[in-house]
Amino acid sequence: MEIPKSFLGYKRENGRAGTRNHVIILPVDDISNACAEAIANNIKGTIALPHSYGRLQFGADLELHFRTMIGTGCNPNVAAVIVIGIEPKWTKKIVDGIAKTGKPVEGFHIERTGDIGTTMKASKKAQEFVMWASEKQREECPLSDLWISVKCGESDTTSGLAANPTVGNLMDKLEPLGVHLCFGETSELTGAEQVCANRGATKEASDKFMKTWSSYNDFILKEATDDLSESQPTAGNIAGGLTTIEEKAFGNFQKIGNCKFIDVLEPAEEPTKGKGLYFMDTSSAAAECVTLQAAAGFNIHLFPTGQGNIVGNPIEPVVKLTANPLTVKGMGEHIDCDVSKILSREMNLSEAGDELIKTTLRVANGRLTCAEALGHREFVMTKLYRSA
Amino acid sequence: MATDIIIHDKKDNVGVVVIEKITPKQDCACWIMEDDSSTNIQSVDEIPLGHKIAMVDLKEGDTILKYGHDIGKVVKSIKKGEHVHVHNVKTKKW
Repeated sequence: MEIPKSFLGYKRENGRAGTRNHVIILPVDDISNACAEAIANNIKGTIALPHSYGRLQFGADLELHFRTMIGTGCNPNVAAVIVIGIEPKWTKKIVDGIAKTGKPVEGFHIERTGDIGTTMKASKKAQEFVMWASEKQREECPLSDLWISVKCGESDTTSGLAANPTVGNLMDKLEPLGVHLCFGETSELTGAEQVCANRGATKEASDKFMKTWSSYNDFILKEATDDLSESQPTAGNIAGGLTTIEEKAFGNFQKIGNCKFIDVLEPAEEPTKGKGLYFMDTSSAAAECVTLQAAAGFNIHLFPTGQGNIVGNPIEPVVKLTANPLTVKGMGEHIDCDVSKILSREMNLSEAGDELIKTTLRVANGRLTCAEALGHREFVMTKLYRSA
Repeated sequence: MATDIIIHDKKDNVGVVVIEKITPKQDCACWIMEDDSSTNIQSVDEIPLGHKIAMVDLKEGDTILKYGHDIGKVVKSIKKGEHVHVHNVKTKKW
């Protein structure tokens, strides 16, 4: 298949391109959710991103909170942002971070004004933003403007057999065309960590991966009363035919094909080393991982599933694929790309990879994903430790 | 072309059953995904969907290769065509 050289995206002020054109209402903290949701309810075409944190956090945990907030606002799938916080200082910090992209952003704080007054002022600005954004047109953008993140979930044997290798095949085909790619799931690579480290494009990248993985593993060893042999693989994994943690990890690892990663990113850190594959230190929980990748600037997500994970994200479209025919049959409304014909050998890996490229481009051009049509907007902040 | 077993990598010494189950002494069609080639094997055990079959004789201490990678060690010898799982293979991690 000849791969198209371009897609139709929204060009942004900072040179990036979006696959979506959202106007978001971003609460800085948990207690600003109500106001943010009231504004999104007033002004049609905007979306609120409620979440559970943002008060009394400190140190690296607070830094991650700000990085996730600012990164979400900066994502090219977002046209304009209203930031709502309880107090002025943190609200302004997030507004200033997003303003660097050149996109319209304005912050409002609730203290001294209350929810109703703040909702009124911010709704007027949100209306202005959404009407301005509604005139933006999709334009031809080079394929290299795609930043693709990946993560798998509710995996079963069909994931490692076919759905994950399909994503790997897509990576092998798109990496030479200059796209940015990102995988994560530090915990799920346990068992394949040495082979993964060897996939670093440089010694620096390999060492950085090993340091990140070891830090996670030390945490597990510190918290666990036993090794993970009772929980990895899970009883369900074993019933499905997975024998060892290594086998599970290598099934997961199929998602990167034969690509090498050029750098290791902190959670929600924007890549700065140009085109190519990045590893990000993330949780293996679906919504947390996608939220971090979206905050790093990735504008389309590929999600292979076995038993049928249904996750979505408010700003980054999540394309789901499966090779499990029972999942296609039982919950087809969640599946954007069906590659179950691999198992019956009616489709080879390269054909499956081509199908996924076609689906990815249709979604990049504007086709809604199943998760978008069903209203899945899981926005989940990663928290590193307890608050003060 | 239908297949009963998928083998990821040419180096692999196990394949994965992709039909509901295979029965003892069944002649099975195998597909090697890496180079899109075919082979076949006769089963010894009944093996369910998603579980592994030994493509060669394996003795205690041998390494199981899947995806071309080391996924564990043989702890009880396995004959070609037998079921490969937690009763005869263990992780090398712990």
